[in-house]
Amino acid sequence: MSRQRVSGQRVSGQGVSALLEMRGVRKSFGSQVVLRDIDLVVEPGQCVVLIGASGSGKSTLLRCANLLETVDDGVISFEGEDICDPRVDADRVRGRMGLVFQAYNLFPHLTALGNVTLALRKVHGVDRGEADERGMAMLERVGLAEKAGARPDDLSGGQQQRVAIARALVNGPGLMLLDEVTSALDPELVGEVLDLLTGLRDEGVTMLLNTHEMGFARDVADTVCFLHDGMIHEAGSPEQVLGAPQQERTRAFLSRLRT
Amino acid sequence: MSADGWSPSAVQLDREAYRQRRSVRSAAIAAASTTVLLGGVTLAVVTSPGWERVRETYFSWDKAVDSFPAVLDGLWLNIRVMVVCAVVIVALSLTVAIMRTLRGPVAFPLRLLGTVYVDVFRGLPLLLVLFLLGFGGPALNLSGLPRSALFWGCTALVLSYSAYVAEVFRAGIESVHPSQRLAGRSLGLSSTQTLRHVVLPQAWRRVLPPLMNDLVSLQKDSGLIAVLGVVDAIRAAQIETARDFNYTPYVVAGVLFICLTIPMARATDWYARKQGFHGAGGMV
Repeated sequence: MSRQRVSGQRVSGQGVSALLEMRGVRKSFGSQVVLRDIDLVVEPGQCVVLIGASGSGKSTLLRCANLLETVDDGVISFEGEDICDPRVDADRVRGRMGLVFQAYNLFPHLTALGNVTLALRKVHGVDRGEADERGMAMLERVGLAEKAGARPDDLSGGQQQRVAIARALVNGPGLMLLDEVTSALDPELVGEVLDLLTGLRDEGVTMLLNTHEMGFARDVADTVCFLHDGMIHEAGSPEQVLGAPQQERTRAFLSRLRT
Repeated sequence: MSADGWSPSAVQLDREAYRQRRSVRSAAIAAASTTVLLGGVTLAVVTSPGWERVRETYFSWDKAVDSFPAVLDGLWLNIRVMVVCAVVIVALSLTVAIMRTLRGPVAFPLRLLGTVYVDVFRGLPLLLVLFLLGFGGPALNLSGLPRSALFWGCTALVLSYSAYVAEVFRAGIESVHPSQRLAGRSLGLSSTQTLRHVVLPQAWRRVLPPLMNDLVSLQKDSGLIAVLGVVDAIRAAQIETARDFNYTPYVVAGVLFICLTIPMARATDWYARKQGFHGAGGMV
């Protein structure tokens, strides 16, 4: 572990200490190029929102950041370390990020509390008593303390997604990655999840997420990035990108959403 | 009338009356057809010309009581063989299944080993493995290994069954959706930890019913080690039979085996339900 830590190089050139920084990231599946030349910076405490049509590469970008996919080229530095270096211990990096999936991906054989505490106990070496305590506190935070003993199958979609957020959050990640966390939910359940995320942003949790909820993006984002065909075509404040888009493609995408 | 003031409407009462009539009629038909079938078979057997002799040879109460202790004693061996073999089989087959699901070039020798093992021992008839190991094993004179027929018979059972059970486990492991692995890995769990804490517990629940089926089968096949001269329930019954050519001890052994499997089947159902496995049976 220590050897791997030493081998990770510091790559953030500028004085600013970006938490996550992508430079020239490229990823393809077979002959299909999904990410072409991604440059992206997430500062601590920021909320960066990726928007774009289905298939534009948003989910792949998050999975690359979590090392669930291996990039073809480019540098991803997290907390100052190039995590694409094959000598880096990917499990250690993933343990410092939280990833929430579109389809929740809760473990069906474990209770809500069991889901939340698994990584605490097995990855972070917290003993059962303390893990349960921290897990309960986190379930309390997402408003599901009374569901601690319930299996995922007995929870609604919105509740499952909140458990999934708690599961990622309880490990104290430096960065939360959220992959279209509301797109599998009924409209009335979307609200409870988005309210939770807004609360997290206000608490200063750093987030990189993609969404189709433009209203939510406008409310929470510090930076909005518009992805099209594996490239970030436009990035800036939500007022800029959503309110007064400069690029033709961004305008076209947003106008399709409104009609 | 219910607490909120609801009482069934005339339409609903009519539906319930109809369902009631239907279920009474179904029960009556089932009872009648069962009686006719069982009665017919019994009548055919009992009135057959040779029935008196068959009854004396296969269903002699005195002979049954007489041979019962010896057969039961043999059955105790079957039970011990089954329990010990089942534990070893689960361990071995799980190892083989995991070997076969490993990815990457590093694991190639393990995958190959697992595949060859499964191919060979699923292809060989159990009786053949029993003969080969039961007589060949002791002849090897391996130091540290017992030379008893019981030991080598159990080894043959374990090797043969593990090949089957490994495939059941492998199917279970591969039936767990890849997104579960992703979720485990995204939390920082290592590949092994994800297998141990995420994939295997789910796979285990899914394969439990077919595994219990294999266990019942093993319990019966544990009798095959009798060919090596070990005295189990079947061999004991054979010995009892040979004394006066009355075959009742075989029936006694058969009844005892059934008495073992039925509780096991019920236990399987109960355990599967407890694990939250309902399946599609009985649903719409």
